[in-house]
Amino acid sequence: MGISTFALDQNRAPIHEALEQFRRIRVVPFDVPGHKRGRGNPELTAFLGHQCVGVDVNSMKPLDNLCHPVSVIREAEQLAADAFGAAQAFLMVGGTTSAVQSMVLSVCKRGDEIILPRNVHRSVINALVLCGAVPVYINPEVDTRLGISLGMKREQVAKAIAAHPRAVAVLVNNPTYYGICSDLREIVRMVHAAGMLCLADEAHGTHFYFGKNFPVSAMAAGADMSAVSMHKSGGSLTQSSLLLTGPNIHAGYVRQIINLTQTTSGSYLLMSSLDISRRNLALRGMKIFERVRMLAEYARSEINLIGGYDAFGQELVDKDAIYAFDPTKLSIHTREIGLAGIEVYDILRDDYDIQIEFGDIGNILAYLSIGDRVQEVERLVSALAEIRRRFQRDPRGMLSQEYIDPEVVATPQEAFYAEKISLPLRETEGRICSEFVMCYPPGIPILAPGEKITPEILDYIEYAKAKGCSMTGPEDPNIERLNVLQ
Amino acid sequence: MELWFSENHTEDVKLSLRVNRQLYSKRSDYQRIDVFDTPEFGRVLALDGNIMLTERDEFIYDEMIVHVPMAVHPGIAKVLVIGAGDGGVVRELTRYEQIKRIDLVEMDELVVEACRQYLPDNACRLDDERVHIYFENGLKFIRRCEEEYDLIIVDSNDPFGPSEGLFTREFYGNCYKALKKDGIMVNQQGSPFYAEDAHAMQRSHKRIASTFPISRVYQAHIPTYAAGYWLFGFASKKFHPIDDLDSTAWNAHHLRTRYYTTRLHVGAFYLPAFLERMLEEVE
Repeated sequence: MGISTFALDQNRAPIHEALEQFRRIRVVPFDVPGHKRGRGNPELTAFLGHQCVGVDVNSMKPLDNLCHPVSVIREAEQLAADAFGAAQAFLMVGGTTSAVQSMVLSVCKRGDEIILPRNVHRSVINALVLCGAVPVYINPEVDTRLGISLGMKREQVAKAIAAHPRAVAVLVNNPTYYGICSDLREIVRMVHAAGMLCLADEAHGTHFYFGKNFPVSAMAAGADMSAVSMHKSGGSLTQSSLLLTGPNIHAGYVRQIINLTQTTSGSYLLMSSLDISRRNLALRGMKIFERVRMLAEYARSEINLIGGYDAFGQELVDKDAIYAFDPTKLSIHTREIGLAGIEVYDILRDDYDIQIEFGDIGNILAYLSIGDRVQEVERLVSALAEIRRRFQRDPRGMLSQEYIDPEVVATPQEAFYAEKISLPLRETEGRICSEFVMCYPPGIPILAPGEKITPEILDYIEYAKAKGCSMTGPEDPNIERLNVLQ
Repeated sequence: MELWFSENHTEDVKLSLRVNRQLYSKRSDYQRIDVFDTPEFGRVLALDGNIMLTERDEFIYDEMIVHVPMAVHPGIAKVLVIGAGDGGVVRELTRYEQIKRIDLVEMDELVVEACRQYLPDNACRLDDERVHIYFENGLKFIRRCEEEYDLIIVDSNDPFGPSEGLFTREFYGNCYKALKKDGIMVNQQGSPFYAEDAHAMQRSHKRIASTFPISRVYQAHIPTYAAGYWLFGFASKKFHPIDDLDSTAWNAHHLRTRYYTTRLHVGAFYLPAFLERMLEEVE
């Protein structure tokens, strides 16, 4: 795929251009924001720079309005749709969380069933709390050595569809946080044959749209909607994201759904960052992500030379539960050196000034993207070699399990809003949880509202806490108590 | 006509040298490389606009980074030099017959090319048969080494550019691993005078001191470096830089030097009070 395959002129960046024009004409602001191009807040201006605060402006005719785009934002969305091969694209300013939620809320109503893998991001289950849809979980396969959950097998998806013929949609992670993909093309075919819609969480898959050595993207696979984290591998500002839709989706209705929860003061910093990043990816993405892929392959081979670590990759692919692997993901299994991933994560930060994306019980993930260079990769590899030399210990007795099969007793919405009581952690065994418990990142719930609390889950929570995982979700910030149904 | 080269030592201080002419200017994959001819300092090598060496005062740096460890550890035979593509450190090392092998790891091939062409007094011994040049990232090279070297000399440029990786704890840790049980690491440690430099110096000292059982700092006066005042780090698994100084043995080499003497050796480790306090803060 080259530049010529686009229908529109991808050199354009309409929001960016409109802001540049706006800056030149020096409009006198008697509107919000009240800092008035930074004059009213000199400390903020000194910190962020004139350039930045000068374009922190409000919706107005020449700059369009995110709630009802008719000019430059609309053009930017059309360009984004063209670049990503979608029928329609929506600029999102509430993070990919808002894109995922809008996607789910667009297709589900109260009582509708939606088929999804249990290792979804919390934003998916949040959407179910909001709309009252019923999750039908497909238990992902688990790699017991690595302790990570994988993709969904075709056969399991087929079984779930057959058992729940009235479900409205199937949601697929493309890829998972660790870079693992299901057979998306085949799943889309099965889902459409059953008259359902296929949704994709592509929070970690922006680059799939711009490279030949990557797993298939949701739009190319024929999925109906996808949430794409431009701010992750795509290079836009944190909190900016894209929602893509295919030809079967009514765009006007999706816009209404987005406007239920999205701000009416969409940030032009975020929107222009999406516009400029889209242009960059359309024009140069193939080359950029090929470099990222090579860098990740290099890092993997160097890390595997150290010994003890397993920087896993394509060799895992089994064409089913691991249908494909995202080669830009640098996931490293650490348990063989006797350290939990979260311990390596902490040592990297505290001793070596290296911040990685996350560490879980058995693995770490270093996020490689558009901005990485080989110098920093050398530092990461050398630091890992040092950590092994200094801290390696006997791995016996370390917990490996990452995924615990949940028993869903109530819908997320029922459980979240039900009458509840707070109990000390260990006394919650056998009760129904009314809140989320997760390590963040990655933000995949260990417990979601409506799930039964088992001794294995409690062991896992305590182990993860003891190893230093940062746990979030419950009302009690120390996770010493949980809210359960009365 | 007046032609001047200026280097900012801080936002508010700069050093300027009058330039006769520019001899070389190229951009490599890593940095911009320039060689100037100047009336006062002779030829000058600058990387990304920072002076790396001048013909006039390079002897101070190269002698101090080489002869100090050589006078302490009598058995040095295998040496790793990281950075130093100009060849000055290698030139001093090749003066010792006892040294059997010198591995030089320089990230940027163009630096060596420029120095071979325009700084022959520095690059003159790069073709010595004991010298093996590797154009590679220093961090990567040293990851593969275990108990191999008697001496490692880290001749990096400043910690804010492409050499940043050579000021990290992972690098010093890998040096420790690459050294034999009685090995020594000497590194250029920056300047303690201006605040930003001082902070970087403290950070790297802290990292070295937490990696090696013996870690001391020594000083020299180098006119073209920031504040004219420069530090080196001496880190070692066994040898103490003053207690184990063997003046008789070193003087028996009969090396003619312009800066280093075994008397100065001891003095170089006696530091001003403000610097002692800075180091203690992080030890």
